[in-house]
Amino acid sequence: MLAYLIRRLFAAAVMLVVIILVVFGIFFLVPKWAGVDIATSFVGKQADPAAVEAVRVKLGLNDPIYAQVWEFFKGIFAGRTYAAGGDVTHCAAPCFGYSFRTEQAIWPVLTDRFPVTLGLALGAAVLWLIFGVAAGVLSALKRGSLWDRGAMVIALSGVSLPIYFTGMIALSVFAFSLKWFDAEYVPLSENFGSWFGGMILPWITLAFLYAAMYARITRATMLEILGEDYIRTARAKGLREQTVIGKHAMRSTMTPILTMLGMDLGALIGGAVLTESTFNLPGLGREVLTAIKTQDLPIILGVVLITSLAVLIANLVVDILYAVIDPRVRLA
Amino acid sequence: MTELSKSGAAVGGPTTASPSTAFLEVRDLKVHFPTDDGLVKSVDGLSFKLEKGKTLGIVGESGSGKSVTSLGIMGLHTAGQYGKRKAQISGEIWLDGTELLSADPDHVRKLRGRHMAMIFQDPLSALHPYYTIGQQIVEAYRIHHNVDKKTARRRAVEMLDRVGIPQPDKRVDSYPHEFSGGMRQRAMIAMSLVNNPELLIADEPTTALDVTVQAQILDLIRDLQKEFGSAVVIITHDLGVVAELADDILVMYGGRCVERGPAEKVFYEPRHPYTWGLLGSMPRLDREQQERLIPVKGSPPSLINVPSGCAFNPRCPYADVPKDNATRTVRPELTEVGSRHWAACHMSQEQRERIWTEEIAPKL
Repeated sequence: MLAYLIRRLFAAAVMLVVIILVVFGIFFLVPKWAGVDIATSFVGKQADPAAVEAVRVKLGLNDPIYAQVWEFFKGIFAGRTYAAGGDVTHCAAPCFGYSFRTEQAIWPVLTDRFPVTLGLALGAAVLWLIFGVAAGVLSALKRGSLWDRGAMVIALSGVSLPIYFTGMIALSVFAFSLKWFDAEYVPLSENFGSWFGGMILPWITLAFLYAAMYARITRATMLEILGEDYIRTARAKGLREQTVIGKHAMRSTMTPILTMLGMDLGALIGGAVLTESTFNLPGLGREVLTAIKTQDLPIILGVVLITSLAVLIANLVVDILYAVIDPRVRLA
Repeated sequence: MTELSKSGAAVGGPTTASPSTAFLEVRDLKVHFPTDDGLVKSVDGLSFKLEKGKTLGIVGESGSGKSVTSLGIMGLHTAGQYGKRKAQISGEIWLDGTELLSADPDHVRKLRGRHMAMIFQDPLSALHPYYTIGQQIVEAYRIHHNVDKKTARRRAVEMLDRVGIPQPDKRVDSYPHEFSGGMRQRAMIAMSLVNNPELLIADEPTTALDVTVQAQILDLIRDLQKEFGSAVVIITHDLGVVAELADDILVMYGGRCVERGPAEKVFYEPRHPYTWGLLGSMPRLDREQQERLIPVKGSPPSLINVPSGCAFNPRCPYADVPKDNATRTVRPELTEVGSRHWAACHMSQEQRERIWTEEIAPKL
């Protein structure tokens, strides 16, 4: 188990380095090859060529590629210094550079937005796990019943209806007409109750989509597991049916759910763009959306890196949990 | 066993026939499965008796209803059938004075694992991959015995030792995938026997194993039976296996019994063409010279549209021997052809005796 853990951690570290390199390549080198000048996009199209050149020097865009990669890499782990003549800016680690539009350092922006998205994703995950898995198990056990058909129709609609549709309906009904919930986001650090109240609708909206997917996968997996020989063995031992289902079948059903959870959580932590935009939550997703509209490369880059990191960590956690659940994985 | 009989009486026996005096008695068992294509009559009227300490071998090809019968005795057709169309089971299954089909399902559940246990065909898929062998045996023991985990674990180690697993105190913490095929089957047997069941059903216990391990497992089952005095039902398509173990043999074809009797009778004086076919297709090492094996031509009958008359008639080389065409119109019933020996065939006793001694036996 320890060897497995060390292998996984090592693989994750290597993956992280690769991700940083690839992301750097996409954002700094590809535009260069495509003939788009990053310095111009920073300064503005009608700018003085001298100012563009100054920016180019300051961002190190004239340096050889390996030097640029190294500076970028160093910046993340040790900080870096931008210098152009007498104009010197020190950017402390972890340095992702400065926004082209607001000239703010990227890292504080990310750490400011990140908790919003994390809270949204985790809260929704709790909801969809509880309701999705429960609905899936019940549907499997009552296959073909009215409950099963009803739940699967709702699940299908949950999967097919986009967030901006269900979100809008939720907002107009529960926030604006009934006034049950606030549509205002309050940071967790200010007031827990207000934060919670403001998050309920986003949670439910996001969880509805995912609960639907999880219900379907849980139902399918559970049905498959119920046909397994070892379930029959469990019954042949004289176990109560609730033990057969709750212990023997559930443990096997967990594995695919866990795999999905890892990927979904990772992806969501990188920004639930639609949910955040619909509910006006100041999270990573909304931030990156604005950044894309204004071509604010460093912000996009920062969010992409954070997303990759989140997916990486989520997968690492899933891999470890997987090994805890399934002893056969420890060998692999 | 008084406890078992008493609680059995409490939940009420059948209303029609008299209670059975045999340890295990199956009367006119029918297991039918409704499907979209029609009613699958997997078992269609099967009866037999088995006493403690005896072994019954049920033989037949795939789809003849062997496994369905065993799962029926264990009550596993009705347990946990979620939303599927339920199996239709009728007849009577008497275990030590209790009729199981009419008994309370929870009562039957308590008998499962405790008084009747089952060894499954493929131990790799029949053991839960996520739990250690020890955990699974301990679980089987603790459902029926109110003991702490330590005691149950000691019992598990003792059972693993008993079935011949080396270093049982270490291997008890292994997972099924860490065992070899033969070891897994031993572990499976240890799990089935952990509660000293009076009835042990072994459903093709050696099919997934190689030949040397097969012999070991069969020896093990025989030894354990002697030790515990259990009744054993061994289900197989391998006549060699029943030759080793069985006191009585029941030959199934198309969900019905076609021949039943003491093992030596069925082997040396078989009175049904299907049994002849099985014997002819069995490789034997105890004969000097053997020509080709003689297969039973054709394929097993559809269990939805069972051939009219004798189910075996489309494949039977002697279907035209009875002159009255009865083979194709009338279903033959089991008739006594010797002491405790029954067969279901339209040919007369003399015809069958002559065909066996003149045509079949010399070729075997």
